[in-house]
Amino acid sequence: MRFLGYTLADPTTPIPEPTPEMFAKMGEFVAEATKAGVVLATGGIAPFEEATKVRYADGEFTVIDGPYTEAKELVGGWALMEVRDKAEAIEWTKRFLAVAGGGESTIRQVYGP
Amino acid sequence: MVSSELVTGSQTHTAIETVIRLESSRLIAGLARYAGGDIGIAEELAQDAVVAALEQWPREGVPANPGAWLMTVAKRRAVDLFRRNRELERKYAQIGRALDAEVDDGTAALDRVVADDIDDDLLRLIFISCHPVLPVQARVALTLRLLGGLTTAEIARAYVVPEATIAQRIVRAKRTLSAAHIPFETPGGTQRPARLSSVLEVIYLIYNEGYSATAGADWMRPDLCHEALRLGRVLAELAPDEPEVHGLVALMEIQSSRIGARTGPSGEPVLLLDQDRAGWDQLLINRGLAALARAEALGGTRGPYVLQASIAACHARAFRPEETDWARITSLYSALAEVSPSPIVELNRAVAVSMAFGLAAGLALVDQLATEPSLRNYHLLPSVRGDLLLKLGRAVEAQAEFQRASELTSNTRERELSAQRARTAGAQTEESSDNPGR
Repeated sequence: MRFLGYTLADPTTPIPEPTPEMFAKMGEFVAEATKAGVVLATGGIAPFEEATKVRYADGEFTVIDGPYTEAKELVGGWALMEVRDKAEAIEWTKRFLAVAGGGESTIRQVYGP
Repeated sequence: MVSSELVTGSQTHTAIETVIRLESSRLIAGLARYAGGDIGIAEELAQDAVVAALEQWPREGVPANPGAWLMTVAKRRAVDLFRRNRELERKYAQIGRALDAEVDDGTAALDRVVADDIDDDLLRLIFISCHPVLPVQARVALTLRLLGGLTTAEIARAYVVPEATIAQRIVRAKRTLSAAHIPFETPGGTQRPARLSSVLEVIYLIYNEGYSATAGADWMRPDLCHEALRLGRVLAELAPDEPEVHGLVALMEIQSSRIGARTGPSGEPVLLLDQDRAGWDQLLINRGLAALARAEALGGTRGPYVLQASIAACHARAFRPEETDWARITSLYSALAEVSPSPIVELNRAVAVSMAFGLAAGLALVDQLATEPSLRNYHLLPSVRGDLLLKLGRAVEAQAEFQRASELTSNTRERELSAQRARTAGAQTEESSDNPGR
């Protein structure tokens, strides 16, 4: 089963300020998860204030660029995991958050083509 | 707080079981070294630690480093066990003393569970579980049990055999390894190629049982495919310098990319050239091509898995069936026939030849295999022959071949597919007799 786990670091779900130590630990953690055959792909997400929203309603497109009010300069991250069940995805997400030092991650099951 | 945010008792239980399952193989691997390579004792010690965890964690919470916690508890049990049992104490006197020193010094013991050491132990555990002294079925069961953390019930379900059969295979395997004094080591030197080849064989057997089940109603058991792929991915990080490991991973990644496309709406098999390639998983194809590139970068003679992965890659790279590089596939099968000659490889080469150089050339090769004793009951021989005959317009002979193919397979779905092809060929026979002018 595949799950996408992401931490968007938008203003509603703040995450701790990253430190060089945290980055080093996160590197070790990603290596461990890769060794366990869990991580299919992973990466960072640019700060929320650089985000662009594209909307389509009533036949009209609206493109809204940041910065948004109250936006903080925090990066997020995502990982595509392959695990045996949802409980494993939850456990790996707990381990990720423990390294990150706090915050909130969302896990969504994803499907192939 | 809304109720969905509350952690319920059953959630805690599931979480704890999951942590234990994730830690299980590394725990047993680490303990096997302390138990002088006796994986039976290692498993018992691990089980003791698991019982302790199931008692304490629901009350006290899961510790920050659950793997180290389990290892420390298991080592304490090991010290007790070795003290109690004089026989074992003599055998493991040295280990016992080393353990004493380590366990007395509580926190340092936690720190000493160094990830690198455990990685080495895990690789040793893979090698011993796949040891050639064991029958192949025992290697498969032991690997799924110790490395996959599957229960005997889960393994039994996957292989459609009684649970007692699997339990017995595992017990006997542990006894055999112990009686043969198989050392807990990463084989080197001249032993290594054969031992590694046994490991790869076991993983690919698990994969193939999932990819094309030999028995039962479902044509595929994707859980077994995923488990084999996971084992392969783990192995690739533990033994990164072995091209064949990456070759096997590449092969499984690319084959897995087609899992969604190789069955139709009612679960019937769809042949490679008939598959909707938009349904192939590009993420897995890319991972497979990357693994193949890793294997090729390591150089050396191309082994059977690298060659099979290269063939799979030829199909993966073709956006449409007609873009397939059959000439290259033919030469890859020739190379494969040299490193691991087998009538099945020859049969596949015949198919490639028929695509690259014409049906008649392919059929001539298939006909050479007709007397091959090991293929006498192999359903794909008449299936391939039927396909070539049908394309050559020899529908009557084709029908008989498909009929024979359907009688030779014990997989329900495959039997239905061949029977269906026999009916189609039969219909063409009638069609041509209705229209003698054609």
